[in-house]
Amino acid sequence: MKTDDLVAMLATGAGAVAPNAAARRYAAALGLGMSGAALLLAILLGVRRDLGAGLLLPMFWVKLAFVACLAMASLFVMLRLSRPGLRLAWAPGALAAPVLAMWVLAAIALMRADPAQRAWLFFGDTWTSCPSLVALLSAPVFAPVLWATRGLAPTRLRLAGAAAGLLSGAVGALVYSLHCPELTAPFLGFWYLLGMLIPTAAGALLGPRVLRW
Amino acid sequence: MQRIQETDRLNAGEERLRNLLIRGLGGDAPAYHAFLRELSAHLRAFLRKRLARLPDEVEDLVQESLLAIHNQRHTYDAGQPLTAWVHAIAKYKLIDLLRRREKRDLLTDPLDDEIDFLSSSDNEAAEARRDLGKLLDQLPDRQRLPIVHMKLEGLSVAEAARLLGMSESAVKVGVHRGLKALAAIIRGDA
Repeated sequence: MKTDDLVAMLATGAGAVAPNAAARRYAAALGLGMSGAALLLAILLGVRRDLGAGLLLPMFWVKLAFVACLAMASLFVMLRLSRPGLRLAWAPGALAAPVLAMWVLAAIALMRADPAQRAWLFFGDTWTSCPSLVALLSAPVFAPVLWATRGLAPTRLRLAGAAAGLLSGAVGALVYSLHCPELTAPFLGFWYLLGMLIPTAAGALLGPRVLRW
Repeated sequence: MQRIQETDRLNAGEERLRNLLIRGLGGDAPAYHAFLRELSAHLRAFLRKRLARLPDEVEDLVQESLLAIHNQRHTYDAGQPLTAWVHAIAKYKLIDLLRRREKRDLLTDPLDDEIDFLSSSDNEAAEARRDLGKLLDQLPDRQRLPIVHMKLEGLSVAEAARLLGMSESAVKVGVHRGLKALAAIIRGDA
């Protein structure tokens, strides 16, 4: 086959391409994924009954801001990793910032707490189930996010897979926080993070195989 | 002084190619054709330099990269330098080929030279070893026939749809999926 023939073939009837493909694909994937995660939460766990009272607690909003910031930062990373030739720039910093902030809060809480209370601040009442539930709720987000990424053109597949996992983990955690009763910084800074890192690791493992193009 | 002129020349080349692509993405077929033709010369020079020990692979990889650039053209962001985008795709396809060949010693060639990308060009289009007809034969009819009528015979979407008894959107989907399937066959997934 001559390259000129291939070029002619590709150019013939190529038509116009709609702009902002990446943004549209991720919007669709996240819409679908969040509805799936919310449905799963409603079926399996239910929204916590005292959610109304929780809305008045500052720590509830800190928790929400923590996962929302991680979700936004990983979406930003995803948007860059899924298109060729874009640098990550300040994105790793944006990912690290909410985690570091939560760890500072956790350190302060642990230092100020009565020594007998410290174990509870860290383990809470639900440490055994929290990471796996976050990971479970991230699954309905993970599949559409991988699909969206596959239709674009990631060139660093392992990293893109990990970012897809982290994004789904953060969205899963966001949905899970409607059920979860835990509000202490040491708990959030460890068990929530661990829950989000499970899909991240899965993404890093799957990326090179699933995202190849 | 000479370096400044050289940089200007490269910037002008980048600007012109970028304009052709942006017009092409807007639906201007002649501009898109010119973009791909000129790009294939740059790709050939870029890949020939890096595949000095595998000269037979160069044209195959030029074509594979062109197909990838076409299939993935919706990932180009108009605010982004064109060179960085093209270079990243060509480098990805090159590494993919080298991995496929499992010749690790070839990975020692430095690949971080996107600055030089537009500085050389090679119009001598050799013939690739693979044959388009044989590749197309591996596709199912609902993908093959839309490609044959629209992309090889140059029929419009409406004409191809009427001829095939398919809806216009099915024809478009067939072409799109068919070209993606061709890329998958070439890299050995299918």
